[in-house]
Amino acid sequence: MVMADVPAKIVYERPEALDPRVTHYCPGCTHGVAHRLVAEVLDEMGETGNTIGVASVGCSVFAYNYFNIDFVEAAHGRAPAMATGIKRVYPDRTVFTYQGDGDLASIGMGEIVGAASRGEGITVIFINNANYGMTGGQMAPTTLPGQKTSSSPTGRDTKRQGYPIQTAEMLSTLEGSSYIVRRSLHSSREIRRAKQAIRTAFEVQKHGLGFSLVELLSTCPTNWGMSAAQSRDWLEERMLPYYPLGDYKVSPAVAELKK
Amino acid sequence: MAKELIKGNTAVAEAALRAGLEAYFGYPITPQTELLEHLSARMPEIGRPFVQAESELGAINMVYGAACTGKRVMTSSSSPGVSLMMEGLSYIAGTEVPAVLVDVVRGGPGLGNIAPAQGDYNQIVHGGGHGDYHMLVLAPASVQEAVDLTVLAFDLAEKYRHLVAVLMDGSIGQMMEPAELPPMQPMKTDIPDWAVRGTDGGEKRVLTSINLDPPAQEVMNLRLMKRWQEIEKNEVRYKGYYLDDAEYVVVGFGTAGRISLSAVRAAREKGIKVGLLRPITLAPFPNDILDELSEKAKAFLVVEMNSGQMLEDVRLVVRGRKPVEFFGRMGGVVPYPDEVLTEIKRLVDGPLTTEGHPRDRWLARLSETIG
Ligand SMILES: Cc1ncc(C[n+]2csc(CCOP(=O)(O)OP(=O)(O)O)c2C)c(N)n1
Ligand code: SF4
Repeated sequence: MVMADVPAKIVYERPEALDPRVTHYCPGCTHGVAHRLVAEVLDEMGETGNTIGVASVGCSVFAYNYFNIDFVEAAHGRAPAMATGIKRVYPDRTVFTYQGDGDLASIGMGEIVGAASRGEGITVIFINNANYGMTGGQMAPTTLPGQKTSSSPTGRDTKRQGYPIQTAEMLSTLEGSSYIVRRSLHSSREIRRAKQAIRTAFEVQKHGLGFSLVELLSTCPTNWGMSAAQSRDWLEERMLPYYPLGDYKVSPAVAELKK
Repeated sequence: MAKELIKGNTAVAEAALRAGLEAYFGYPITPQTELLEHLSARMPEIGRPFVQAESELGAINMVYGAACTGKRVMTSSSSPGVSLMMEGLSYIAGTEVPAVLVDVVRGGPGLGNIAPAQGDYNQIVHGGGHGDYHMLVLAPASVQEAVDLTVLAFDLAEKYRHLVAVLMDGSIGQMMEPAELPPMQPMKTDIPDWAVRGTDGGEKRVLTSINLDPPAQEVMNLRLMKRWQEIEKNEVRYKGYYLDDAEYVVVGFGTAGRISLSAVRAAREKGIKVGLLRPITLAPFPNDILDELSEKAKAFLVVEMNSGQMLEDVRLVVRGRKPVEFFGRMGGVVPYPDEVLTEIKRLVDGPLTTEGHPRDRWLARLSETIG
C-alpha cells in the first residue's frame, strides 16, 4: 500500500497552560481531565499569561504544580474569598478557583455564596465527586442518599444525615450570579460539552459580566472502590438523576454573549 | 498638616488610606465599625477596592488573596471577629505575605460587650492561629499614636513580609482627640518579585503555605524564626516616663498605660519616685529595658485591662529579682487613675514579696471590692 503524501499534523499536544509533569491523581480520576480542559480554554483564549489561579484544599491542593500559571493556595473553603481579594486588586486579570465539593459546598459555603451574591467577577471550577477524596472518601454535602462512604458506612441516611446539596441550582437563585451550569466528565461527548461551558465561563469573566461557575460531575474511583470504567457508569446511573446537567443561570448579558 | 479633632477609628482609616492602602476588606463589629464605614465611602471615592465581606473569615481570606499581589492591604475588626480570623492569619504568616490587621479590642470572652478592653493580648501576641509564627504587634495609647503606628505598620509589614497588628482598645477607637493625619502618599508602584500577577509568558509564581516534607517545612520555620529574631533586634519600641530616678516602675500598654501615666504624675506630685514603662511593641516585647529596670527598681506594678496577660511577659523578664504586683480591670471596665495611684501607694507602703503569684493577690483584693 502506498501511503498518501500527507504532511504530518499535530492533533493533540500538551497545552501551554499545563506544566510537563506527572500528576499525583489516581488512575481514572477526572481531576486531570478538568485541569486539561481549563488549560486548553485559557490557551485558546490567549489568557494563560494573564491568569491567576486559586487552588483549594482537597485532592487538587497541588493543582498549582500542574498549571503553568501564577497560583495561590487557599485555606479549606476560602478560595472564593482569596480570589475576591486578587480580582479586586487586578480586575483586568483572569482569576479562577478550582474547588472540590467538600471545600466549596461544606466548609466554604459562606465564601462561595458571598462571592456569587456580590457578583464577583471570578470563575469557579467546581468538582463534584460525591465525597471527600483527599481525606479518604468521607461523606460530603454532595454524597447521594444511600451512598456508602467511609463516614456513612451503612449508606447516607437522610433522616440522620440530611440531603445532598444541589449547588448549581442553589447558587443560580442568587441575583449576583451570571453563569451557573452543570456538566459531567463521564464521557467524551460530555467532556466536550464541559469544555464549551468552561470557555463560556471564562468569556463571562473576560467580558466583565460577573460571577461564573461550572459544576463538573466527576469520578473518584479510588474512594468509590471501583474501576475507572465502573465509576463512569456509576456517575451516569446514580449521579445524573440527582444532579441533572444543564444551564441553571444564564443572565441576559451572558445569553447575548453566547449568541 | 494641621491637627484636627478626629475619632480614633476614623483617624486610623484615613491614615491607612493616605499611607497608600490599596484594598480594604472587613466586616462590621463594634467598637471598630467607624473604621470600615469611613473606608466604605473614601476608598470608592478614590477608585480603590472596598469590600464588606460575608464574615471575618471571608475578610481575612480576601486580605490573604490581595496580599499575595504584594499590594498594601488591610482589615480591621474587634475581638470576636479577630478570633474568626485566626485561621487566615496563620495562613498569611505561613505564606510570608505582608498584611495589616487592626484589632479594636472589646470586653470578653464570648460575645462579651462593646466596652474597651485588652483581653486580646494573648490571642494577638502569643498566637491564636496554629503553628509557629509571630505577629508584630503595635499598641497605641492615643489617637495620634494610632495614626502614626498605622502608617508604620504598612512599612514594617512590607519590610519583613510579615503580619503586623495594631492592637488598640475600644476607647482609642471611639475617642475623639486632636491628631495630625499624614500627607497623602502615592500608591506603591514597585511590585515585589514574589507577588502573583499572571506570568505574562515568564516563570510562574506560586504562593502557598503547604509543605508536605517535614524537613523542608522545618527549613521554612527556621526562616520565619530568624526573621523574627531580626525583628526582635530592630523593631522594639517603647516609651519611658520618669524612669531615670524611678524606684518603682509601672508597666502598662495602650489605654492602661495612659491612665497609669496620670497616676504616675499624681504620685510624683506626692514625692513618690515612680516611673512608667509603656511598651509600644508588644511583640517584640521590650525585654532589654525591662531587664535593666529589674536591676535598678525596687518593685513593679503591671496595669492592664485584662486579667494579667502581659503580666506573664513582665514576670519572665524580671525573673523574681524584684517584687511584681498586678492591678487589672476586666470585662470592659476601665480603671481610674485614682485606683492605679492607690496601687502605687501600696507598692511604696509594702509589704512586698517575691513569693506567690501577683495575680492571686490581686484577685483576692478584687473579690473584696467587686465579689
Ligand atoms: C480547616 C480544615 N478542615 C479539614 C481539613 C482536612 N481536609 C483536607 S481535604 C478535605 C476534603 C476535601 O474534599 P473535596 O473538597 O470534596 O475535594 P476532593 O479531595 O474530593 O477533590 C478535608 C476535610 C483541612 N485541610 N482544613
Ligand atoms: S482520591 Fe479520588 S478525587 Fe482524589 S485523586 Fe484519587 S480518584 Fe481523584
